[in-house]
Amino acid sequence: MSHPYEIHEHDVLVVGAGGAGLRAAIEALTRGASVGVVCKSLLGKAHTVMAEGGIAAAMANVDPADDWRTHFRDTMRGGKYLNNWRMAQIHAQEAPDRVRELEQWGALFDRTADGDILQRAFGGHTFKRLCHVGDRTGLEMIRTLQDRGVQMGFHVYMECAVTRLLKDGGRVCGAVGYWREQGRFVVFRAKSVVLATGGIGKAWKITSNSWEYTGDGMSLAYDAGAELLDMEFVQFHPTGMVWPPGVQGLLVTEAVRGEGGVLRNRLGERFMERYDPEKLDLSTRDVVARAIYTEVREGRGTEHGGAYLDISQKPADYVKRKLPSMYHQFLELADVDITKGPMEVGPTCHYMMGGVRVDAETAETTVPGLYAAGEVAAGLHGSNRLGGNSLSDLLVFGRRAGLAAAEHADRAPAGSPDETQIEEATREMLAFFERPEGDSPYAVHRDLTETMQSLVGIFRDEEDLERGLTKIRELQERAGRVRVEGSRLFNPGWHLARDLKAMLTVSEAVARSALARKESRGAHSRTDFPKSDPEWGRKNLVVSRRGNAMELAERPVPEPPPELKALMESQ
Amino acid sequence: MSRDAGQGARDMAKEAVLRVFRGTADGGKLAEYRVPIAPGMVVLDALHHIQGYFAPDLAVRWNCKAGKCGSCSAEVNGRPRLTCKTRMDSLPLDRPVIVTPMKAFPVIRDLVTDVSWNYEVNRKIPPFSPRPGTDWKMSQADIDRVQEFRKCIECFLCQNVCHVLRDHGKKAEFGGPRFFVRVAALEMHPLDGVSRTKLLKEELGLGYCNITKCCTEVCPEDIHITDNAIIPLKERVVDDFYDPVAKLFRKVFGRK
Repeated sequence: MSHPYEIHEHDVLVVGAGGAGLRAAIEALTRGASVGVVCKSLLGKAHTVMAEGGIAAAMANVDPADDWRTHFRDTMRGGKYLNNWRMAQIHAQEAPDRVRELEQWGALFDRTADGDILQRAFGGHTFKRLCHVGDRTGLEMIRTLQDRGVQMGFHVYMECAVTRLLKDGGRVCGAVGYWREQGRFVVFRAKSVVLATGGIGKAWKITSNSWEYTGDGMSLAYDAGAELLDMEFVQFHPTGMVWPPGVQGLLVTEAVRGEGGVLRNRLGERFMERYDPEKLDLSTRDVVARAIYTEVREGRGTEHGGAYLDISQKPADYVKRKLPSMYHQFLELADVDITKGPMEVGPTCHYMMGGVRVDAETAETTVPGLYAAGEVAAGLHGSNRLGGNSLSDLLVFGRRAGLAAAEHADRAPAGSPDETQIEEATREMLAFFERPEGDSPYAVHRDLTETMQSLVGIFRDEEDLERGLTKIRELQERAGRVRVEGSRLFNPGWHLARDLKAMLTVSEAVARSALARKESRGAHSRTDFPKSDPEWGRKNLVVSRRGNAMELAERPVPEPPPELKALMESQ
Repeated sequence: MSRDAGQGARDMAKEAVLRVFRGTADGGKLAEYRVPIAPGMVVLDALHHIQGYFAPDLAVRWNCKAGKCGSCSAEVNGRPRLTCKTRMDSLPLDRPVIVTPMKAFPVIRDLVTDVSWNYEVNRKIPPFSPRPGTDWKMSQADIDRVQEFRKCIECFLCQNVCHVLRDHGKKAEFGGPRFFVRVAALEMHPLDGVSRTKLLKEELGLGYCNITKCCTEVCPEDIHITDNAIIPLKERVVDDFYDPVAKLFRKVFGRK
């Protein structure tokens, strides 16, 4: 007998209410599907809200020479050619329409003198390409999508977490979850499920990510039999706050450099001249993050172990208008007036390039009926994502996932899960309360973040990764024995106990993939294999589940057609 | 933020005492915790320390811890604040720091309140509806004021502090400052083509607001809610309902 649960039924169930989830839901509604959106937080609080710098789209409003081809080429180069070329092509071609659509739904971007959407420079982009609203572009995007979806009539299950996908034979037919507020269980029946749950940053100690980023979608997909791709590629954003301790890791937008901010070390040197003399401060994130890390390690860091980032040479009014959140963030949290002096910054875990392997056209995973879009999915960014390509990714592939999920729901018969799956899922959640003793989930989480930070960080080697994997296995043991105090009523300890399992699955996939890739490429830097290896440049790594064991396999990187290959190699 | 109090606190205290509301809709009490102080620490850090070491089931709503999502609203020493932006060294630490849930909303547990009413209000507001034939050109000067409204992070502190809601509980008749800001953003969008004054007057109860500016004072995004949103909306309602000449003029020439 399973524990009591309520049942809801939709054609399409979207898990996650950030940019990708909301855009998927809107598209599925447009196609006439009934849509449920499940989110761990209140609507409008998803991680997209923290995106600052802008949406990359070759609108050519500021630099008329820009077009999708250049955007495509920049994206492939940034990803060191491990990207799925077709995703990069679709993304570059469709992003401008997705931005215009947001504007038609009420978003208000900053303007050019001609009254068009203004675009700013960003790392790795040849042209000024990022459509933005000061430094709060994500907020503008999520509010616009949220209001659109509410008006169109999606059903939102707020503060509800999905713990398991339900299957009927080989295909997905719904999900089990629980209301965070009351702790009651919920079963969703759906013909299609779209995962839009974001990344895994909370497994690292220094991170720009919110608590929600616990790898849920990747872990759910993995458990349901889907493949995870490129898991070794974790982006460390070069500029997070380093002081005071409570805000360590908090994002300092790349727009600071896009607007003219300059990096210097303790000696006042513009050290980027040594790492990328051409692009300097606007080099790609992997390069800048490693540069700052190296400066600090070699003794040229600032007082609190970072680099200086200075925009104070610009007029104070300009800084306050273009970077209002940064101005307030430093003034209120660090007592630093960025119009007068430099910020101290250092690398922070920011984004997961890897994730669920999907079809470029439809965002369908390797499990029928299961789709994934946004950070939870992989392929578009290859081994390193360019700033601004995330928000456009959410819109372009969120829409495609919603479209394909609705079409699938149209033709697929309703599946039904056997009761055992539901029973297992609810029993697993209740087991935490039944142990007379055990670790605190907070203690296990602290140890995980220390492990990932020190052993699976920016620079990696075989010894560290082996130790990391051993630690992860120990932590999996401990996580299986954590004990939760209190009741099921809005109990964060309980929520964390469940999120830990997802974080550990994904952490293991990251460490295993990082150990296997014996080269350095993009965000993956092996000190024992410091060079890129053309052989590895032809292979993606894929993780999947066999029984209870994690299996790693190599897949050839999809070969682009000759005309796109020529484009990639052109100057 | 008072830096004098801050300096004193840093010199004196290596730890702070917090009294945090623990309980449900059926009642509760303040529980006391001692938390070590670190430089630059905010109240939300202290609450996380309590969760991590003393009370793993302490219910706190939060997401970004960066002042961008508006989830961690509570009352610190009786003042509605985002706990992620309230520095411990801005508070007098020679006495306990009292942290309680927002008063205007029903408590679910500890510091977490039921804010679902806000989402109900939001649904009543007609969406952005572009005027037919627009070329989507807008000048920055024309959208500056609307962008101010769109900074709102929906922390609901303005709703919490508004006496119409907090003291008089008029949730059925009144939309509250947050949604006047939202309506203002739509009404003043240079390309929007519908009027929401009837909604403001009849369903959102704009007339109840007697412009005491409490909402403006607590807004963590420094939106001038009363001056820039509510008063201009009140003028529009007056124009539409009590000034037939102005209404006719607008019908002929447009307003936006």
